[in-house]
Amino acid sequence: MNIESLIFYGVPIYLIFMGVLVVLTTKNLFKMLLGLSLMNSGINVLIVALGYVRGGTTPIFSEYPKIYEKVVDPVPPALVLTAIVIGLAFLGLGLSIVIRIKEKYGTVNVEKLKELKW
Amino acid sequence: MIRKFLYFVILLAFSFFIYAVISAYFPFGENTLTGVAKYYVDNGVKDLGGINIITSIVTVYRGFDTLGEVTVLFLSVTALAFTLLGFKVERRTLPNPTLIMETGGRYLAPLIMLLGAYIFLHGHLTPGGGFPGGVIIATAFLLLFVTQKVYKLRKIHLTVTEALAGSLYVIVGLVGLYYVRSFLGNFLQTGKPGYIVSAGIIPIIYLLIGFKVGSELTAVLKNLKEGGDEH
Repeated sequence: MNIESLIFYGVPIYLIFMGVLVVLTTKNLFKMLLGLSLMNSGINVLIVALGYVRGGTTPIFSEYPKIYEKVVDPVPPALVLTAIVIGLAFLGLGLSIVIRIKEKYGTVNVEKLKELKW
Repeated sequence: MIRKFLYFVILLAFSFFIYAVISAYFPFGENTLTGVAKYYVDNGVKDLGGINIITSIVTVYRGFDTLGEVTVLFLSVTALAFTLLGFKVERRTLPNPTLIMETGGRYLAPLIMLLGAYIFLHGHLTPGGGFPGGVIIATAFLLLFVTQKVYKLRKIHLTVTEALAGSLYVIVGLVGLYYVRSFLGNFLQTGKPGYIVSAGIIPIIYLLIGFKVGSELTAVLKNLKEGGDEH
């Protein structure tokens, strides 16, 4: 177990762990959304970390005719780039639903939401 | 209490398991480029003329995927507007913005928009692109919403920008289908790599994505601030 692997795989897995833990233990809908967002960030960081090549640069050939020998895998950042914006949109949609629940029932505590219908 | 502790222990064991599996199968930094990633890195600049390989992947190689993601974003924003339809925002007793905030916000917002435009226009040359640029433009509108005492943004402007950008994106894809027999294929000349007018359709698509993401996220902010659609 080397330290690099511990940092770059351990931290995103820790973020996912904390997100799932928040979702499971809290009763506040708003905090649940924050937990889901935390999971989202952790997964994004993990995907980018999986594509790392030791000693590689970013896949942007700024001095074009010269091609860098080692570059990191360009596919994971391309996937994450769009996933970040989708995460933001998901958070906005979730917040709007929480606003509606708060307006109708006066609470965001899942245990006090007795009737499970709108 | 005991339940929370159990959750903690089980999740901890599970994340150690995931960590062990991942670091056994993919040792950090040890992988080499194979398959499609190797093709992109070796031939990306030659094929499309964009020196930023990630941008080439997002807009052309996996362009259909990106169109799908933009559609998901659009769907999510529409659902948000429907959920908040007719929602009355209480007049909270926010303190009035001071003169410094108001003036500062008014002078800072165009500069932030300029930064966003720079980022999505240089998407094929530098890190960034349409999605980050659009988000930066939305933050400029957030600044205006927060600092200005009276700031009216008409809904129709946002809708028209969004619809125009989205449909032009599909039209660019269809033109590619007609000329090079591939949806969102590159039908323009690639130009000289490293210059701003190069890389074929990549700057065009990122321009459209920037406008679309910017207007959609501004609509999210507007809906969350003012509530509902009827303004």
